[in-house]
Amino acid sequence: MTTEAADSTDAVGTIAPAADPGFLQRHGGTIEYVLIPGAALVGALAVFGIFVAMFGKNPLDLYFYMYYGAFGTWFSWQNTLTRAAPLILTALCTALPAQLGMVIIGGEGALLIGALSATSAALALQGLPPFVVQIAMICAGVIGGGLWIMLSGGLRQYRGVNETISSLLLVYIALAILNHLVEGLMRDPASLNKPSTREIGAANMIGSIPGTDVHWGLVFGLIAAIASYILIYHTVFGFAARVAGGNIRAAKIVGLGVDKLILTVCFLAGGAAGLAGMAEVAAVQGRTNANLAAGYGFTGILVAFLARQNPLAIIPVAILLGGISASGGLLQRRLGLPDASVLVLQGIIFVFVLASDALYGRIGFLKGKS
Amino acid sequence: MADGSIGLWTVPLAVLGGAIRVSTPFLFVSLGECITERSGRINLGLEGTLVMGAMSAYGISYLSGSPWLGVLAAGITGALLGALHAGICSLPRVNDVAVGIALMLFGTGLAFYLGKPLIEPTAPRLPAIDFGWWSDIPQVRAALRINVLFLIGVVLAPILYWAFRTTRWGLLIRTAGESADAARAMGHSVLLIRLRATMVGGFLAGIGGSFLSLFYPGSWNEGLSSGQGITAVALVIFARWDPLLCLWASLAFGGAAALGPALQSVGVTSGYHLFNAAPYILTLAIMIITCSPKRTLTGAPAELSITR
Repeated sequence: MTTEAADSTDAVGTIAPAADPGFLQRHGGTIEYVLIPGAALVGALAVFGIFVAMFGKNPLDLYFYMYYGAFGTWFSWQNTLTRAAPLILTALCTALPAQLGMVIIGGEGALLIGALSATSAALALQGLPPFVVQIAMICAGVIGGGLWIMLSGGLRQYRGVNETISSLLLVYIALAILNHLVEGLMRDPASLNKPSTREIGAANMIGSIPGTDVHWGLVFGLIAAIASYILIYHTVFGFAARVAGGNIRAAKIVGLGVDKLILTVCFLAGGAAGLAGMAEVAAVQGRTNANLAAGYGFTGILVAFLARQNPLAIIPVAILLGGISASGGLLQRRLGLPDASVLVLQGIIFVFVLASDALYGRIGFLKGKS
Repeated sequence: MADGSIGLWTVPLAVLGGAIRVSTPFLFVSLGECITERSGRINLGLEGTLVMGAMSAYGISYLSGSPWLGVLAAGITGALLGALHAGICSLPRVNDVAVGIALMLFGTGLAFYLGKPLIEPTAPRLPAIDFGWWSDIPQVRAALRINVLFLIGVVLAPILYWAFRTTRWGLLIRTAGESADAARAMGHSVLLIRLRATMVGGFLAGIGGSFLSLFYPGSWNEGLSSGQGITAVALVIFARWDPLLCLWASLAFGGAAALGPALQSVGVTSGYHLFNAAPYILTLAIMIITCSPKRTLTGAPAELSITR
């Protein structure tokens, strides 16, 4: 019964899409979207516990330190939220094109290009009022990152180049460009051991949200996620994007400009990741160097998939994964686990989440334990 | 640094040597991916498999003292990761591209985790055959020190080409890749064929990884592979799923990848990072030239999600 109900929602959705699905059906779907990824998460944590136990560590210690390092104290909360900020934005870089049926995994590249563009803007505008510089940095970061992912979208649309592979190749190219500029043209002669650009200047830093150590990037992320949600689910543009994602031929027949749609969505996606790069420069690093390639772009892919490409769900998921990476330091110090353990856990979660895709619509909500 | 007698000839020589040396991982990963993709599935996780292969080969070689055991271990690790990929993809409604991304992150993370204690020790490395004995010029000799794995790869490419065309297994794999329904109608399990194809693909990719840690560059560290695996997956696409073209493409890529270090050795250091990105730029450029939005690529397996 439930399966049928879910299926008929889909059918109704494609025929008369303007109508909201029934409250109960929507509610049921939501429960499923929380329950199944939740179960996948629990399964992944259990497997990771076994994995760690094989190396002679106590899994209960592991869970305790993970919780403590992520959400146990105000300090760890701030650490978690600081890491969640770029994750929200890089996850949008995967989630927005996913509405069009595209798999973009190049958020890391857009983040680096965004950071580089924002730094360039700040260095070019030295001496202007900080407010002007900050606005310019935001614009430069968004445009730089946006164009970078738009390149993948354009290649797919006009040349038929697979966007997954091209966006990943662009990550390595972005990293090479960054290293090239940071060690050459833009290098601060004073940075000896760690080649970097000159600093953007303390006055131009965007600083923290008052009363916390969490920088404004989190607010950027929240605004971007909410705006994306409204754009996708409550505007004509978003509706057109979802139609094109569901059936590209139908979208062309009803006269949607698919080219423009793809380019715009890719620009917004890359812009989000570019904004993450801008925030990392303007709130954390103060300059551009290889430290920026910290893997936020790759974790963002996981966040997007775990949130099932829903911009609003990205917020809590990003906080969760930000927490996991925030607890990495504590796991290293207290349990002697290598720093890569966070990567292993992320990989296990990713595998479980994808495997759990098979469960949708197959289990009743009441017996819904996988 | 450069030998005065041969001067700038160092660069083409190093590129030639690089084409032979650096191409081996590209060659193995692309041949493996070729088998997997011909069966109708794409495994983007080979980047992770490559790194896991490199780590396990180094670890086993260090522990056992035999680099060849390391190569075998790398292959088995790769096959297991392939089985994991195929197993998850066998579930209904699971997207193979996404699983590949997940295994890319998982494989890399696991390799970094398990490989932490291996950064310090030195493991026995694979031997090289000296084809340059006739020359007095050290650069020529260096360029012609060839690893056996490269030769195996070179032989493997025509064998695969032949096997796809004429053997029963080749036909089965191609049938599964062209039309799953047809394979089912013939009474074969498509999932089983793809499982085997993905495992063989993973096996080869793992061996490609063992080359990285046991021959060139010949040590284990976390920066060992930066995108060689994914480049090789892209390479299969413009090699038109043809093992022989994979061989030529891998050689071209090896040469491109050797350009940066070669130029650096003669003192051209500006643009070092850009030259290092040459394989990625080359991949992208070739994909732009050879792909077309109007038609599916010639030779593309019809069941492959990535070309539809």
